[in-house]
Amino acid sequence: MLSYTAPSTVEEAVRILAGASGPAKVLSGGTDLLVQLRSGRAKPDLIVDIKNISGISDIREQDGVFIIGAATPGAVIGECEALRQAWPGVVEAAKLIGSTQVQGRASLAGNLCNASPAADSVPALIAARATCVVAGAKGRREVPVESIPTGPGRTCLRPDEFIVEFHLPKRPPHSADTYLRFIPRTEMDIAVVGVGVSVTLDTRGVCTEASVVLGAVAPTAILVPEAAAALVGHNCDETALSELEQAARRACKPINDKRGTIEYRTKVAGVMARRAAVIAYERAEERR
Amino acid sequence: MSKYHISTTINGEPAEFLCEAQQTLLDVLRDELHLTGSKEGCSSGDCGACSVTVDGRLVCSCLMLAVEAEGHSIETIEGMAQGQDLHPLQRKFLEHAALQCGFCTPGVLVAAKALLDRNPNPTETETRYWLAGNLCRCTGYDKIIRAVLDAAAELRGA
Repeated sequence: MLSYTAPSTVEEAVRILAGASGPAKVLSGGTDLLVQLRSGRAKPDLIVDIKNISGISDIREQDGVFIIGAATPGAVIGECEALRQAWPGVVEAAKLIGSTQVQGRASLAGNLCNASPAADSVPALIAARATCVVAGAKGRREVPVESIPTGPGRTCLRPDEFIVEFHLPKRPPHSADTYLRFIPRTEMDIAVVGVGVSVTLDTRGVCTEASVVLGAVAPTAILVPEAAAALVGHNCDETALSELEQAARRACKPINDKRGTIEYRTKVAGVMARRAAVIAYERAEERR
Repeated sequence: MSKYHISTTINGEPAEFLCEAQQTLLDVLRDELHLTGSKEGCSSGDCGACSVTVDGRLVCSCLMLAVEAEGHSIETIEGMAQGQDLHPLQRKFLEHAALQCGFCTPGVLVAAKALLDRNPNPTETETRYWLAGNLCRCTGYDKIIRAVLDAAAELRGA
C-alpha cells in the first residue's frame, strides 16, 4: 500500500526518509517517477514529495553564485533571464528535457537522480562545475554533480539523502557555456550524444579554462579533461578543435542500441564536441 | 485503506476529492470527478492527450499524482467554453476542421490556450515546438497549426 507525504522542511523530509520502514522515493517533478510507478519498475511504499519545502522550486543569485532549487521545473529555469545570461548552456540543456508539458514539472534533481546516461541537463551541469547540496541524516554535504550518478539508474545517494539545491559557481569574465545534443529528429527525443562545453577566455581571446563533458556515450556522463586541455592556450583554432575531437572520441565507451551503434556514437561525439566548443567560444567572444 | 482528502480549485470552482496515493490527477479527473474531457492516451507523458494547467503551467495530468493537487488551481478543457460560447480556439478548430477522431483535441486546445495566454503572437515555428508534446494521428498537424494561428490573430483583434 503506497503512502504519500509532503513535508515542509528539509529536516522533516530527512527524518521521514531515515525512518522509512520500506522503500521510499523522493518526488520532485515526477515525470520519470510516475512512469516508473506505472510500469512497476519503482515499487516504493512511501513517496516523499519535496515540493512543499520553501525555496526548493526557486532560483536565486548570491554574489554571482546561482542557486537552483532541486525541484525547480525546466519552464522556470528557461524563463530566468539572469540565469540564461550567465549560463546559456545549462539553460538550453534544461529546456531540452521533454515537451512543454514535461517542462512544466521536470526538475534538475530528477534528471540527475533518474541517472539516465542520456540525461540532457547533466553534461551541462558538470561542464559548469556545478555542485549539489545533499541533505541526509548526517547533515548536509556539497558534492560535485558528477559524483551523484554511478551507473544507469543508480546514484550514490543513501536512502536518507536527497538533493536540496544546485550551485553554479561565480563566472569569471569572458566565460560562456553551451549544450548540444544529437537526435535524429528536431524535438522530443533522447540524446544519441550530448555535449556540454564551458570556456573562459583571457582579454586576447585565448582560452584559459575549459571543461568538456559527454553524455550518452558511457554508463554516466563523463568529464573529458584531455578534450578540455586541447582548448586551453588556444584561440579555438583548427589544431585545438581537431585535438578536442580526437580526445572526445577516445573517451567514448558507448553501447550499441536502437539510437546508434558504438562506431556512430563515437564519430558523432567528436563532431558534436567540436560544434559545442565553437559555440561556447563564440558566446564567450561576444562577452569580451 | 486510508484515502487522502484533497482541496483544490478546478476551473475556478473550489473542488474536494478523496484519492489514493497512487492515483494520478488524470485518474481522479476522469473517474472521481467525471471530467472526462481530458483523455488517457499513453499514460507516460508522451502524447499530451491529458494536458491540463496547474497554476497556469501546462502539464500532463497522467504525470502528476492527484495528491499533489492540494492547494493548487487546475484548469481543464471543461473550463474553456463559457457556457454555450465556445472559446475562439475551439471555434477555429471547427472552422479549419483541425480534428478528425477528436481524441487529442482537448489536450491540444488546453496546450494551445496555455501558449496564447503567454504569447499572443506566436510564430508558426514557436507554435509547432510548443505543441510538440501533443500527438495527433489524424490531421498531420497542419490544420491544427493554422487554427491556432488564426485564433491567435482573432484574439489579438487583428
